[in-house]
Amino acid sequence: METRLIGRGILAGAVGGLLAFLFARVFAEPQIQAAIDYESGRDAAQGALDKAAGLGAAPEMPEIFSRTIQANIGIGVGMIVFGTAMGALFAVVYAISLGRVGNVRPRALALLVAGAGFLAFYLVPFLKYPANPPAIGHEETIGTRSGLYLTMVLASVVFLWLAVIAGQRLRPRFGTWNATLLAGAGFAAAIGIVMAVLPALGELSYNVKEFGHRATETPLPLKDGNGTIVFPGFDADVLASFRLYSVGAQLILWTAIGLIFAPLADRLLTAAKTPAPAEAPVTV
Amino acid sequence: MSSMSVPAAGRVPTAVPAPVVVPAARAVLLLGATAMLALAAYYFVGVDQGALSVFGSDTHIHEFVHDSRHFLGFPCH
Repeated sequence: METRLIGRGILAGAVGGLLAFLFARVFAEPQIQAAIDYESGRDAAQGALDKAAGLGAAPEMPEIFSRTIQANIGIGVGMIVFGTAMGALFAVVYAISLGRVGNVRPRALALLVAGAGFLAFYLVPFLKYPANPPAIGHEETIGTRSGLYLTMVLASVVFLWLAVIAGQRLRPRFGTWNATLLAGAGFAAAIGIVMAVLPALGELSYNVKEFGHRATETPLPLKDGNGTIVFPGFDADVLASFRLYSVGAQLILWTAIGLIFAPLADRLLTAAKTPAPAEAPVTV
Repeated sequence: MSSMSVPAAGRVPTAVPAPVVVPAARAVLLLGATAMLALAAYYFVGVDQGALSVFGSDTHIHEFVHDSRHFLGFPCH
């Protein structure tokens, strides 16, 4: 049974990843390209400033894959592998939840687990550390930023898990509605504390030293020695679109996982249940 | 938690429907292995060759999935 559930989860995840990739190819790639163009232009302006000031040029990064490969194949492989992985994890959680979360029907449970995955693996961490296009994010802080992001992911996954268990425990006393509200409030409070404690990316020690106290690493306008702006700050519209599409892609992915898995699991579990009464013609 | 059905001699086997799940040990192993593989895939798409690197200073995976890494919300250079 688990094997078949996992197989269906992987299938749903792969299809979800494919749909998210198509969305990304159409909507995200133009924004990603705009961000990369900004980065190149800014690097060129910085290089000119450095040259005028008599500093050496920064070393060029070798290009391993062309933009064409990255923007058409790389992003596709990335999205589908991610979707498949999330589909497999989804199926594991679904299999564990079966029979342990009260009287929820197979299809409804699929949507609930998919919603939980979207929240815990993406949306809640995103609230603290939103997705950034290329050109935003300093090379020097990648280690810290990865650690902070994964801390947010881990915290939201663990807290949501605990909230579900707490909700189950509270249900006999408070009823399903109130137990769910209490567990949800507990989750919000716990993750809110973690978000308040973790630092803003702009407050990392390297960033404070280089750029002063700021909330994020989004590039400010580039100025020459006299304080004249020679290159603009990062385009706010590109950033806003990129983030909106990022949420959209994850929404597509998790919705697809839930909606594709739901009828498959329903058929599987109903079929598993139906033959049983036929074999047991016991008269009481 | 294995032996729950030792029918007492002379009693008609009760009509308890067979449980749908395979023995717990196998389920745990299978679910655990699946979760580990899924997390490994998550790691390679999202994190490897950025903050940490399994294959040393190589950046092929990072560069290949570069756009999806940004777009899926992971931190990137």
